Amino acid sequence: MTTAIKDASQDRQKTMIAEHFGKLSRAKEDGRKVVYTFVPGNLTELLLNFDLLPVLPEINALQSGMRGKTGDYIQLAEKSGHSEDVCTYVKADIGMLKSGNIGPTGEKLPDPDLLLLSYTGCFTFLKWFELLREEYDCPVVMLHVPYQGDGKITGEMRDYVVGQIRDVLIPELEKLSGKKFDEDRLREDLKRSAKAEDDLVWVLESAKHKPSPIDAYFGGVYYIGPIFTSFRGTEDAVDYYQLLRGEIEERLAQGLGPITPDGVMEEEKYRIVVEGPPNWTSFREFWKMFHSEGAVVVASSYTKVGGLYDRGFRHDPDDPIGTLADYSMGCYTNLNLPDRIDLLEKYITDYDADGFLINSVKSCNSFSAGQLLILRELEKRTGRAGGFIESDLVDPRYFSAANIKNRLESYFQMIEAKRTKG
Amino acid sequence: MECYIGIDLGSTTTKAVILDAEGRIVGRGITNSRSNYDVAAQVAKQEAYTNARFEMLSRILRDETGVDKEERESLESHLTAAYAHECFLGQLSRLEQHCRTDLDNPRFDDDRRELLQSVEVIMQGIREHAHRNFQPSATARSDFFRDIAGAAFIDVAAEISRGGGPAFDKLVGMFDRNIIPVENEQETRSFSELLTAAYGRLPDGLRSSVAGLPDTLKAVADTPMEEVRTVGTGYGRVRLPFPKDCIRSEILCHGLGAHLMFPATATVLDIGGQDTKAIQVDAQGVVTSFQMNDRCAAGCGRYLGYIADEMNIGLHELGPLAMASKRRVKINSTCTVFAGAEFRDRLAAGQEREDIVNGLHRAIILRAMSLLARSGGIKNEFTFTGGVAKNPAAVRALREVGEENYGELILNIAPDSIYTGAVGAGTFAMRDVAAGVGANQEAA
Repeated sequence: MTTAIKDASQDRQKTMIAEHFGKLSRAKEDGRKVVYTFVPGNLTELLLNFDLLPVLPEINALQSGMRGKTGDYIQLAEKSGHSEDVCTYVKADIGMLKSGNIGPTGEKLPDPDLLLLSYTGCFTFLKWFELLREEYDCPVVMLHVPYQGDGKITGEMRDYVVGQIRDVLIPELEKLSGKKFDEDRLREDLKRSAKAEDDLVWVLESAKHKPSPIDAYFGGVYYIGPIFTSFRGTEDAVDYYQLLRGEIEERLAQGLGPITPDGVMEEEKYRIVVEGPPNWTSFREFWKMFHSEGAVVVASSYTKVGGLYDRGFRHDPDDPIGTLADYSMGCYTNLNLPDRIDLLEKYITDYDADGFLINSVKSCNSFSAGQLLILRELEKRTGRAGGFIESDLVDPRYFSAANIKNRLESYFQMIEAKRTKG
Repeated sequence: MECYIGIDLGSTTTKAVILDAEGRIVGRGITNSRSNYDVAAQVAKQEAYTNARFEMLSRILRDETGVDKEERESLESHLTAAYAHECFLGQLSRLEQHCRTDLDNPRFDDDRRELLQSVEVIMQGIREHAHRNFQPSATARSDFFRDIAGAAFIDVAAEISRGGGPAFDKLVGMFDRNIIPVENEQETRSFSELLTAAYGRLPDGLRSSVAGLPDTLKAVADTPMEEVRTVGTGYGRVRLPFPKDCIRSEILCHGLGAHLMFPATATVLDIGGQDTKAIQVDAQGVVTSFQMNDRCAAGCGRYLGYIADEMNIGLHELGPLAMASKRRVKINSTCTVFAGAEFRDRLAAGQEREDIVNGLHRAIILRAMSLLARSGGIKNEFTFTGGVAKNPAAVRALREVGEENYGELILNIAPDSIYTGAVGAGTFAMRDVAAGVGANQEAA
């Protein structure tokens, strides 16, 4: 196997992550408070405002998955009574906690001083933090984010979330940090957020070119890393996305395809839109099943769980609290089924995809419920090839490589057969 | 003759078909899939060539000799049985050789003489069994060497042990060790040599029933068959012994194969040994959507195989037994292993075997219905393929449940349904050559 080609942006991101985990490992001695929170609808800029350090358990779980740790973690969680059907992110997190809470850089993660439950479209989040509250015996603040059941954000919904942030959340964070809320600082941070968001959207939309210079799913999960996690609103994030955009501009100018762990993808044979999160335990193997067949993912819904910036949303420094509310309610996981279908249909058309593929995750009801309906409806609307595979987030027992490869090859050949028929 | 070959390497059996330049099926071959996929594919292909030549012979006898139908058929069935008998004896002598060589191992120093004597008796027993088994009128539980020789081996070994000879386990262990190399070797004799030997086994009257028969046989054996392209498909495709551009997904092959057999096919259900596929195809046989079972093989052919083993009957006997059912029994287990337990429980509770077995058939069809629903439902016409399509009770259950859910159905089952995937693959081979696609490689 060839060595993975690393871009400067990738190295940059690695350094940023290492620095963040370094800060976390020293949090107690440095006297900094730690807040555990979730990715969809996260309020990173607000946490920065109080110099709080965020920890994102989903990210820990997926990184543990990529490092081959989650098989043991999940078994440990199951041993302590968590059923086989429970979300494997939750079980990986519980197992990690019970194994000493060692993060991806090998340093111990600090216990939380607060659990900020920004509930967005996933009921499991509630239960997850109930479990962590028991384990850590620490306070929980809940930001209740109304679901977009009717496919829109109403004025009442917005007022409701703004009210919670202003009247409940900010006072709690002030109490925890001993610092006053600084609205001017928030405006500055949000300006930086919007700047990084512009560059991210440019990068993701570069996949509209043929050949696409990026893979918007397997590569995309790296690109969304900083902005979906602890770095939105920071200078680091702005720099990272500028650097990344510059690299992609360069690839585009040269007419190059995406970089894969096995080198540059030579020929773009299939352009695919993917719905659903990837499998993390066999991430490279899973990716290879695509790139070795010449399949590139040109758009994906998973890279929108932390914000649908390509639909025009930007953090707005002129309305700092309102914009946080809009952001929380606008994530992909908070959309209703018809909206998800519309979005995917638009991706298929806008990115001129040959087909769309659903990776249905066994333990994620939030994503998986309704996916067959999505599949049928998209087939009907677009007439393009729909495919369906099943795996899991971080439970290695549910990644059956032979089965998945078999289905993917059949799926790509189905596209080819449709095409030949003309 | 130009030949296009399709090979479907299934989890249980490997199927091959030969298509002529017009796309007609001229030969079919089937063998059990074994540890060596390469050999399984070769054996199936050789079987298909053999079958094609016998078909050729049949045509010549019918069109060119003026021999009456009854006599012709008698000659053909005797010759086919004698040919199979010859092949069997070839494999048997290799099995004997392997068993003898195996006994050179020092760990048999103490009882080598006894074991060698047993080998002699067992082989003689199998030969006698084969003599009866390869009569044209005989019906066999299986056509595969492993099964026929294995059953006879066990019978004779049990007799030897009961008579105070070596322990049964020790004798059967010899078979288990040595059947593998035998299966992974191929027949070294040519079709012509085997046919000549088979001719020698014919009763005198039959040998002289057709004037110039040896010349006809020679002409058949000498007809050139040129392999233009082979395309392979099948379950274990990660390790398929074909070049990459000569491989097609079994989904596409089954879809196309079903379309070729029944051009109005819209939905295909294939139930094989370890997987079930629900496929939707368009008017040209191009797949538009598909679903397969994942992670679990309950509801596939193996489920029935397991139940047949539990009941100590042959797989082919299961369907007819279930057809005798008078009362509907609902089986709850969708897990193969639990279904075995449920079967025993219900027997103990006094329910009839045929009713329980019928319930098991219905259970696997219900699982298939879920896949069908996920793939987009059943549309007319509906074509059922794969080994399980040969089972009358499964077909009956499919029709019942299918019509309960989707209304009146045109349910197609081809006599060649087990070859559906191979026919699709062979047709892809033809199309690739016509389109100038892929390497013109000598296939595995």
